[in-house]
Amino acid sequence: MPDFPGKGLFKGLGVTFKTMLEPNVTVQYPHEKEAPPTRARGVIALKEENCTVCMLCARSCPDWCIYIEGHKDKAPPRREGGKPRTVQKLDRFDIDYSLCMYCGICVEVCPFDALFWSPEYEYSEVRIADLLHDKDRLGEWMKTVPEPPPLEVGATPAKGAKK
Amino acid sequence: MGHLLALDLTAYWATTTIKVLVVLGLIPAGALILGYVFLLKMMSFMQSRLGPMEAGPYGTLQLVADGVKFLQKEDIFPDRADRRVFALAPVVVLMSTFLLYMVIPAGPRLIVEDLDTGVIFALAVSSLSVIGVLMAGWASANKYALIGALRAAGQLIAYELPLVLAVVGVAIQAGTFSLQGIVHAQAEGSIFGIGAIGNPFILTQFVGFVLFLAAAQAELSQTPFDMPVAESELVAGYMTEYTGFRFLFFFMGEFGTAFALSAIGATLFLGGWYLPGVHGTLADVVGPLVLGAKIMMVAFLIFWVRFSYPRFREDQLQAIAWKFLIPISLVNILVTGVLKVVVK
Amino acid sequence: MTTTTDWKQSAYVAAQAADARVNVELETEGMTLNLGPQHPATHGTLRIVVRLDGEQVVWAEPVCGYMHRGYEKLTEVRTYPQVTTLVNRIDWLGHFCNEVPFILAAEKLMGVEAPPRAQWLRTIFFEMARIANISLFLGDMGVQLGAITPVFYAFRDREYVLNLMESVTGGRFHPNFDRIGGIKDDLPKGWIDETKGVMKRVRDFCDEMEDLLMGNEIFQQRTRGVGVIPPAVAADYGLSGANARASGIDWDLRRDEDYPLAWKEVDFKVWTHPDGDSFARYWVRLQETREAASIIEQLLDGLPSGAIQAKVPRIIKVPAGEAWVHTENPLGEMGYYVVSKGGLGPFRCKIRTPSFNNISILPWLLRGVFVPDVITILASLYFILGDIDR
Repeated sequence: MPDFPGKGLFKGLGVTFKTMLEPNVTVQYPHEKEAPPTRARGVIALKEENCTVCMLCARSCPDWCIYIEGHKDKAPPRREGGKPRTVQKLDRFDIDYSLCMYCGICVEVCPFDALFWSPEYEYSEVRIADLLHDKDRLGEWMKTVPEPPPLEVGATPAKGAKK
Repeated sequence: MGHLLALDLTAYWATTTIKVLVVLGLIPAGALILGYVFLLKMMSFMQSRLGPMEAGPYGTLQLVADGVKFLQKEDIFPDRADRRVFALAPVVVLMSTFLLYMVIPAGPRLIVEDLDTGVIFALAVSSLSVIGVLMAGWASANKYALIGALRAAGQLIAYELPLVLAVVGVAIQAGTFSLQGIVHAQAEGSIFGIGAIGNPFILTQFVGFVLFLAAAQAELSQTPFDMPVAESELVAGYMTEYTGFRFLFFFMGEFGTAFALSAIGATLFLGGWYLPGVHGTLADVVGPLVLGAKIMMVAFLIFWVRFSYPRFREDQLQAIAWKFLIPISLVNILVTGVLKVVVK
Repeated sequence: MTTTTDWKQSAYVAAQAADARVNVELETEGMTLNLGPQHPATHGTLRIVVRLDGEQVVWAEPVCGYMHRGYEKLTEVRTYPQVTTLVNRIDWLGHFCNEVPFILAAEKLMGVEAPPRAQWLRTIFFEMARIANISLFLGDMGVQLGAITPVFYAFRDREYVLNLMESVTGGRFHPNFDRIGGIKDDLPKGWIDETKGVMKRVRDFCDEMEDLLMGNEIFQQRTRGVGVIPPAVAADYGLSGANARASGIDWDLRRDEDYPLAWKEVDFKVWTHPDGDSFARYWVRLQETREAASIIEQLLDGLPSGAIQAKVPRIIKVPAGEAWVHTENPLGEMGYYVVSKGGLGPFRCKIRTPSFNNISILPWLLRGVFVPDVITILASLYFILGDIDR
């Protein structure tokens, strides 16, 4: 288009007109919902049977939002005639989502694969105290934990990839 | 029907009351329609989003909900505000909008008062809103509001001239200032002898049309001339301290004036209520619809520009009015006058 | 204020004390206004006290600190992975870029170098954060000037970049993905093709911005010749990034410094503009966005395969020492001076942020400009409050 004074003004009008006619990108939440990607950090789920109350997650949380209480207990010996083993039993495992930064350090440092990320995000509450998820609720989130996504061509799985 | 109510409906006071009620109902209705179609929906589509969709089907009741929200707000006066002036300012603005509707024809007989000085009267009363703006800015006792009001006053006064001069070209071509007369001139005119669609003045007065649109944009304080209400600088300019139904008055005043100025533009340049082939009583029924469609067209142009451009700085704005628009409009008048005499 | 004489200095201090009140009565010799801390124009809680003479600014002073979060003190009492998480939030729009200089400083002290694939991926994410940051600016400057439409296009097209980041890292705004020795995870399937599509979209967006905003005569009238910063003054006040390059200073740390990152492997142009006005700053950032898209495409084509993390102990203890690393962040030059005494976390960490220096020029720059131009200048300098106040 040859130059004429005011050409930029017309081009601008053209851009807005063209956008007006294009299909819309809005996703009308809550009637339609977009699925977040597999790795999205929505909520942390707890697999209780793997937890040995080592407290690594509570210690490494930058916000100190994980509250853990446990006690030592005796479990039956592995073989007949052996000594009873001491195991740690989990009494309380709370994550306070009003403090949680969703950084993922706890999930990463857990040596026993007891914590997992889930892309669920619809758990807002009216009362802020309800944002403290206890052991059972965290166990419920395990149902929503997806499989890790398949990796790209040429990619290397991370060390200690979660199962 | 008049006998039914034991009233004489053709009496002057009866017809005037009906006309006044119609206009009073038309201002919010026009504001609502314009607000919904252009501000809520067209702006949203241009910005690649959907706009309100929840209140009513496709968000049609959103403005009604907003109106109710404004009405139930607390009536706040700033501590050091001048109470009477503060309360009167939105009324003055709305009053000037109301007076604009007096002369707009919606059909051969649908006009409140067919004044001989129709267009000039309309433009004169539209400048009454400047007083309202200054009152609002001063009485608010707020520095930001004052700056906004001063800017607004300067801008509105500066752009009155191109508005009027653009209209003078049309008046020369039509031979009359009366809006009804201008519609008839377009209806009965012909383009190079072909009288099929009459002679809408947009064809011959194209320069005047562009000038009218630009000046109307400034009169309405729309971007690119919206310095008085520059949201990112002065919050809301002279309207900053207004809440509740007083703010609603300003809002209705703005969109009511947009509706009215678009109607005047449609009447002057697009032929008003005239649809080729429709005459007589049918035109009284079809006329308002035709005028409504043409209003939408003119308003589309105004709002399209509003959503696409950044705003001018105050001195650039004044420079454009005085050094650019007024000389062009004077040349337009000159050429129109010469051609009118020469091409007989 | 380095070159004032004594009496100017005391007059300045006296004026500052007199005007430290919040709202002053309407004086006829000049009105003192507060722009902020709550104001639609400033990108956050920045307060600028201006004294006006009619519509012209006579004297201006930015007051920052309304968003101070105590980052440098926080780093003293957190471990390295925790600091990496926190540091994402300094410049929250260019998220990944905040982590990189800190991690590089820690790696320098440990003597660890990330494997090639990790270096390339770090560079890709760095440039993507740059696009996320600057594309917002391209729309935001329109809003400050009154054009309400471009910002929606900016948010819409930025979403695609954020979705890409989310599919890799899990976080849209705070990826927390860099680790000492490499990065946390590898790419999910289909990411490379998706990214190439998004880069094309970013380029289309830049063209749209050029048509809609930059080519607009009104925009040019508002920004050309407004807020001119000569190169010498820019260097004096420590401006960096696009602000310096728009004044003609040819300085880009990606090209001039040596990093264990992949910038040396790609061809990119460093854009400068001789004018130094607000239009130049917009123009330079527009070209930078295009350049970042082209860098990402080149990197994706040549991405090496291999490990993404070097061997580092599980519990990170960085040996004692001091390291300074600075990078070309989207806002300018960001740097970390990490002092380690061999503990689990840094002993002291000094964070040099670009926006703090970028707004130090405001008292000099705002003298004699009109009030609407103040907004234009603030918009064109493009600071982020988290970056100023930390």
